[in-house]
Amino acid sequence: MTAYDVASDRPRQRRSWVLPGLSARPIRIEGLLPYAVPILLVLVWQAFSSLGWISTRIMPAPTDVAAAFVDQLLSGALLHNVAVSGARALAGLVVGGTIGLLLGIANGVSKLSEQLTDTSLQMLRTIPHLAMIPLVILWFGIGEESKLFLTSLGVLFPIYLNTFHGVRNVDRELIEMGRIYGMSGWTLFRKVILPGALPSIFVGLRYALGIMWLTLIVSESIAASSGIGHMANQAREFMMTDVVVLSLLIYAALGKLADVIARTLERNALSWNPVYQK
Amino acid sequence: MSRHVSRTAASPFDTVEPRGEHQQKVSVAPTETVSIQLRRIEQSFGQNRVLRGIDLDVPAGQFLAIVGKSGCGKSTLLRLLVGLDSPASGSLRFADRSGDSVEANARIVFQEPRLLPWARVVDNVAVGLGPGVEESLSRAKALKALEDVQLSDKADQWPARLSGGQRQRVALARALVSRPGLLVFDEPLGALDALTRITMQQLVSRVWRELGFTAILVTHDVSEAVHLADRVIVLDGGRVALDLDIPTGHPRHHGDPALAVFERQLLDAILGDR
Repeated sequence: MTAYDVASDRPRQRRSWVLPGLSARPIRIEGLLPYAVPILLVLVWQAFSSLGWISTRIMPAPTDVAAAFVDQLLSGALLHNVAVSGARALAGLVVGGTIGLLLGIANGVSKLSEQLTDTSLQMLRTIPHLAMIPLVILWFGIGEESKLFLTSLGVLFPIYLNTFHGVRNVDRELIEMGRIYGMSGWTLFRKVILPGALPSIFVGLRYALGIMWLTLIVSESIAASSGIGHMANQAREFMMTDVVVLSLLIYAALGKLADVIARTLERNALSWNPVYQK
Repeated sequence: MSRHVSRTAASPFDTVEPRGEHQQKVSVAPTETVSIQLRRIEQSFGQNRVLRGIDLDVPAGQFLAIVGKSGCGKSTLLRLLVGLDSPASGSLRFADRSGDSVEANARIVFQEPRLLPWARVVDNVAVGLGPGVEESLSRAKALKALEDVQLSDKADQWPARLSGGQRQRVALARALVSRPGLLVFDEPLGALDALTRITMQQLVSRVWRELGFTAILVTHDVSEAVHLADRVIVLDGGRVALDLDIPTGHPRHHGDPALAVFERQLLDAILGDR
């Protein structure tokens, strides 16, 4: 029986993982890897469309979508609709996010505030906010208020829950330390409680961004006269599948952009955390 | 023989200013060392009488260690000394050198460093000055305190990047930066490895000798108590069971046979006759 030397075996095993071709430019390969699957799908899609295996009424070819993109861009409609949707999303995030943040902080810090509002918020949270669309149209019509109301409502709860959780879970020992060193009220909040809750607040923000786009898409498709959702809905009436697919892609791009911004903010704000250090 | 930090070589006032900082004269108020007088201190939680009449006088500048088994009341006594709790009955008085009653500028070093992970080392130390200190002044003072614990080069690091012993030194600097009259250590070295403990003991002993505050060390480590303190009291069942002076001069050496005798005496008192 041969002796099995773990110590000398390990490096050999590790070496065999790195293929000669990969080890030359590992960073480039790693950077492209997340995009390999989407690129492959688009290539297959284009091939099937060109071969006539997919009807353009069901799914336009990627080249048609690209053409629609150029068309919409040149007419100015695309930029206008993206700007309108972006402004709505931002307004909803600011209004709903601020309310959620303030309620989360208030309920995290004060027992009285929690007892007053937490149960009500938990009950409201269980109502699917999109189910309120008929009611919202009756209240506000299809004007900006209805979209603002729905996105704010959708964004509010994930931010509230995560802020509340974050504030509640700040290390008690750090708070006691702060008190011993004379911190109280605003100083204690600013130096100990808020930074301690921030990682959790960012989780809430990223979750809220997803709900923000979802709510906006749905409410723009049903009750709007501008925006990307409206653009897609109008295109459906004229059977312009290329514009419909383009709208979906733009939503995907905007969603990814929002997430990248949130992650950059997160990395900068939490640079003290070893998880975010390079 | 173990090596010790000699007073002259490692004086914090001899160390070089960190580069980029011009020689900034930091005005440090002279330490107002306090004496402590406890009379018939009682404390109970529900039916449980934790402290049963503690009478204790701690002269200004003394290094007192409190030892005892778990649940003997030492942590409760410590919380009273730093004002985290007030006693159920009895009196607690701090006095300056002329005997006048004063507010103790008490600071505490916990078993865990309790640093703010989102503040850089120098800002963590500045926390010790309390709120409302001007930024430039607090930074200068914090850097000075970091010099005292020989961590000037880590001033702009995140606490997560430091070792356990370094973090505890930052916590010590934070406690020292306001030049406290009373510094209470709550098992400050309990979480450190054996070698780091010895270095930290030498550091604590040195800053105490140089800054002259009154120090109270709460610990279950008898050898640490004997190594650092002028006087050790044993708490048992909420009372002072033994009050022992350790007249050996400072700095002390690990493995000194004279200290071993005191150690034995204390252990007998704590563990009882077997």
